[in-house]
Amino acid sequence: MSSEVLYQDLLPAGCHWSFRIGRGQVLRLIDEQGGANVGMLLYNADQLLDRINIPDTLKCQHTFRLTAGHCVYTDMGRVLCSIIEDTAGWHDGMCGTCDAALVEQRWGRKTYQQARNEMYRNGRDGFLIELAKHGLGRRDIVANLNLFSKVVADADGNITLAPSAPAGSHIDLRFEMDTLVVLHTCPHPLDQSSDWPARPVRYQVFDAAPLGDSDICRDHCDENRRGFLNNLHYHHGACRHHGGGH
Amino acid sequence: MIRESSLAAEQASHREVVPAGDYWIHVLKAGQTLRILDLEGNQAADTLFYSAADPAERYSAMDTIRHQGNLYLTAGARLMSSEGREMLEITADTCGRHDTLGGACATESNTVRYALEKKCMHACRDSYLLALMKHPEFGMDKRDLTHNINFFMNVPVTEQGGLSFADGISAPGKYVEMQAKMDVIVLISNCPQLNNPCNAYNPTPIEVLIWD
Repeated sequence: MSSEVLYQDLLPAGCHWSFRIGRGQVLRLIDEQGGANVGMLLYNADQLLDRINIPDTLKCQHTFRLTAGHCVYTDMGRVLCSIIEDTAGWHDGMCGTCDAALVEQRWGRKTYQQARNEMYRNGRDGFLIELAKHGLGRRDIVANLNLFSKVVADADGNITLAPSAPAGSHIDLRFEMDTLVVLHTCPHPLDQSSDWPARPVRYQVFDAAPLGDSDICRDHCDENRRGFLNNLHYHHGACRHHGGGH
Repeated sequence: MIRESSLAAEQASHREVVPAGDYWIHVLKAGQTLRILDLEGNQAADTLFYSAADPAERYSAMDTIRHQGNLYLTAGARLMSSEGREMLEITADTCGRHDTLGGACATESNTVRYALEKKCMHACRDSYLLALMKHPEFGMDKRDLTHNINFFMNVPVTEQGGLSFADGISAPGKYVEMQAKMDVIVLISNCPQLNNPCNAYNPTPIEVLIWD
């Protein structure tokens, strides 16, 4: 599925950023070096109280692991985005994000005074800074995605971070509504590496192919078909090439 | 982990039955102990905690899971806040496992999970919203509804990454007890969900007890 890249950029390791992306656009994230973690929060760009809800996302698709075919839902029963392609295979949504105390305890302190922009940042502060740019704050932090991070649980519920996918892995998120994307590239909170493990991520935006008669995400399960119907209703039937279903 | 309590119900300073499908909102002071009693068995108690001094600091399922390195809650679990502080500790538990992955049911999520015509069935997040609207003194609204604990609910995760809503492992008279480490607002929805086994298809009352 080749489509013209409309925009691309690199988010350096251990940094944070935010932007708006349109319905019908794809955000491709590429872990060029291997070992990246992308913490991500998503908000309906037009109704910021309508936001990513990981429990609703996981339970309606009966999954703990997120990968191609899955949709990411808001708490209002709508689909924010669909994972239409994924070469990493497993993404976490349950472990939250590292904060200043965790980073210091595990990797020590590297301050701006010491290291200028090589300082160690943390995911929670990154989220707070980006959210504040949009009038949001602490009350708007909910469970986030940790893309490229695979967390497995044993029968007793003990969780571990699995080895990362190979360098060059990518995930494609097709947005089903206009969305505010907030993201950081700080380490996963279960990362036990002795050296600061933050890695950069490349991101590209392109237009999605029109929704076909069958779709890997919409037709993954009846729940997703109903989620797409909720989107259709939300968009007042203004379904052009995308986002609708039949 | 099964750990029984040494507290006697007769000595509780507050006792209250929360009927099926109702909410309960209450300030628990630091040092007080709260017991949630599953009176008739297999009843999910969807619970949120907020710092009474600063409700923007609230229970964080993610930080709690990460801190203990385990998905399930039982005796000994420290319930962590979004600011990395311990809010409560589970001090007794005769059920053995509680969920904090599955979140609370909502009318909108019911349309996705079950059918559009389920949209007007009573749901936890409606109870939460009504509790917050009836108690403006806490200054909270939809923005504050985050990722809760489902006491007495069983949501096993498989090694392959699956997730299911299994039959409850609770039974009549099982309870979980927790001691507050800071003043907390407790918000419970006694779950009215009828579409899955979380309440054994028959929501029933719970009792809340507090000891000073």
